[in-house]
Amino acid sequence: MSTGYQIVVCGSIVPDPLQTLEPIETPAGPGLKNEMLLPAVLDPWAGHALYEAANIASRVPGSKVWLVSLGAKAKLQQVMMTIAQKVSFELLAIDGPASGFVDAHVVAAILAEAIGVIPDLDRSRLLLFGGWESASRGAGVTLQLIGEHLGILDQFQGVDQVNVQADGSLEILERIEGGRHQVSTCLGPPALLGWATGSLPEPRNNPQIGMVNMRTIMPALQRAKAAVLVQDGLRYRSVSPPKQQRQTRIVKDLSAEEVAREIVEWIAQK
Amino acid sequence: MTESILYLAHTDESGTALPKAVFETLGGALELAKQLGAPLDIGLIGENVQFAADLLANAGARRVLGVAGADFAKPRFASDAAAAEAVCRATSPSLILAPGTSRFSRALPSLAQRLHGQVDTHITSVEAQEGKISATRWFYRQRLEGVLERDVRPWILLLDSGCHEPWSGAPGCGQWGKVAVALPPEAMRTTVMGIRAPKTDAQTIRPDSGLLFVAGAGWTKKQPDGKAHPEKAESLILDFLHASGASLGGSKSLVDQSGENQAVLGFMTHMNQVGQTGYTPRHPKGLSTCCHGEEPHVVGWRFINERRAINLDPNCGWARGKADVLYVADAFQVMEKVNTLLATSVAASK
Repeated sequence: MSTGYQIVVCGSIVPDPLQTLEPIETPAGPGLKNEMLLPAVLDPWAGHALYEAANIASRVPGSKVWLVSLGAKAKLQQVMMTIAQKVSFELLAIDGPASGFVDAHVVAAILAEAIGVIPDLDRSRLLLFGGWESASRGAGVTLQLIGEHLGILDQFQGVDQVNVQADGSLEILERIEGGRHQVSTCLGPPALLGWATGSLPEPRNNPQIGMVNMRTIMPALQRAKAAVLVQDGLRYRSVSPPKQQRQTRIVKDLSAEEVAREIVEWIAQK
Repeated sequence: MTESILYLAHTDESGTALPKAVFETLGGALELAKQLGAPLDIGLIGENVQFAADLLANAGARRVLGVAGADFAKPRFASDAAAAEAVCRATSPSLILAPGTSRFSRALPSLAQRLHGQVDTHITSVEAQEGKISATRWFYRQRLEGVLERDVRPWILLLDSGCHEPWSGAPGCGQWGKVAVALPPEAMRTTVMGIRAPKTDAQTIRPDSGLLFVAGAGWTKKQPDGKAHPEKAESLILDFLHASGASLGGSKSLVDQSGENQAVLGFMTHMNQVGQTGYTPRHPKGLSTCCHGEEPHVVGWRFINERRAINLDPNCGWARGKADVLYVADAFQVMEKVNTLLATSVAASK
C-alpha cells in the first residue's frame, strides 16, 4: 500500500490494577472514592492496541497513529508522560470522566464525533483500534458503537494477531471460546479491531520518542475540549464490592505427601 | 411499560448444534418473561436453523423466526449484525436477550445504535420486581458489582454463560418463519477461513473442566538448590493437566515471561492468562500454585466456587480470606506427589 494506514486507537485511563477500589455515590452517579488521587495507567488492552498499531505503522510506509482518549486532563497528562516514551503517536484528548460507570453510548458518540473531525482523515485507509474491553466498564461495547457511528462494517474482537498480506488484505486472528482463534481475511480498511493481548511485548521506554511525542501531546492536552456526559436513562440501583470473605484454613504442618493426598481427595469429590 | 422479549440464538460452529450458553441464557430469558408476564419470541441465526427450532420447540415461545443460509453459517460481524437487525425489526421487542458468546459479543452491541436502543453485556442476572427490570454486572474487572436499570428501549442484554440453570425441554417439530436478509457486497468483504486451535492433546484451556489449575510465576523462580527448574515445572504441570483434566490458567507475570521468550513454560500463552487483564473463567473448583493471591490475580477467581492454594508464604494473599484452604508447602514437591497419586488411581481403575 503506497499511502499507508491511518490508525486511530481509542483508549483511556484506568486505576492502577493494584489499587483497592471503593465505590461512592456522587451527584453524577456512582464513582470511586478518591478517584482523582488513584494512580492511573493506560487501559491495558487499549495499550496493546496502541503498541500493535505502532508496529503496523512502522512496517507500512505512510501510516500514522492517533490515540483518542477521553479522561480527566490532569490524569491523562500524568499517564502520557510514560506512554509517550513507548511508541510514536499523535494524541487527541477529550477532557471528561473516564469512569467505568459512565454510559458507553454517550462515550461512543463523543469519541466518534472527535474521530470524524480529525483533519484529513481518509476513511478508506482507516483502521480503528482499541481494547476489546476496558478495565473499567469492561463491556466491550464502546468500540462497536463507534464503528457503527462511522459506518465500519468489518469488525473484529479479541484480536491477537493481524498479518498484512501481499495483496493488501488483512488476516486477522480473533479469540473465541475454548482457547482457540477464528481466522478471517478482510479485504482491507476500513476495519475495526478490538485487541486482546496481541503478540507484542510492552515496548521499552525510549526518551527520544518521548520528547518528539510530547511536543504534540502537551498542546493536544491544552486544546482538549470538555465533554458533557449525560446518562441517558441509565440508573444504578447499587454498586458494591464483592461481599464474600472466606474463612481460610491455613495448613502448615502437613508433609507434601499428606497435602497431595488431601488435594487428590478434594479433586475427586463431586 | 408493557414489555416484549426477543431471545436471540445462533448455531455453533458445526452448524448442527446450539452452544451450551444458548440453553442457559434461554432459561434466564424465560424466567424474566414469566416475571413480567411478557411474550417471548425466539430468533435464530445460522446456515440451517430447523434443528434449532426443533430443539427449542417446547420452550413456550410465542413465535420463532430465523435467518438462514450459507451467508450466516459462520460468525462474521456484518452478516450477524444484519441478521439480528432483521429479526429485531420483524418482532419490535422492548427487550432483546442473547448469550454472550464471542459471536454475539462481536455483533450485537452495534445493534443498539441501529435500533436507537442501548446495550449491556456480561450480565450475570436479570430480574423484574414490580415491573422494573434490573440487570447485574461487574465493573472494574470483577472488583465492583453494579445493579442497573435503563429507561431506553429496546434494551439489549448479553448474558454471561454459567449464571443460569439451562432450559431443558423435549425437542419437537419446530415451526419457524423465515426472515429474508440480502447482504450487500460491502457486508461480505470479510471471509471466515476457519478456526486455529492447538492439537487436542496440547489444548490446555478446557472451559467445561471441573477444575481450574493456576500456575504463578513462582514455578520459574530459583528453588532451594539456587537454580530455576522450568523443565521440571513444565513436566509437573502438564502431567497434572493430563491426569486431572483440569484447565490451565496463568498469572500475568508468568505469561508475560513466556511472551518475552524467556526459558519458562512453553505451553503458556496469553490465552491462559486469568486475572485482571486476563480471563475470569467459571469452574466449580480452583487450585492455585506458586501465585501470591494478590488482588489482580484473585479477580480471575471471582467465579471459582471452591478455592485452594499452595504457597510457601503463610501470609500471602490467599490466606486473607481469598481461598478456602491454603497449604503452606512447596508446590514442586506437592504436585509431584499429586501426580503419583493420580497415576496410581488411574492405573487402579483400569
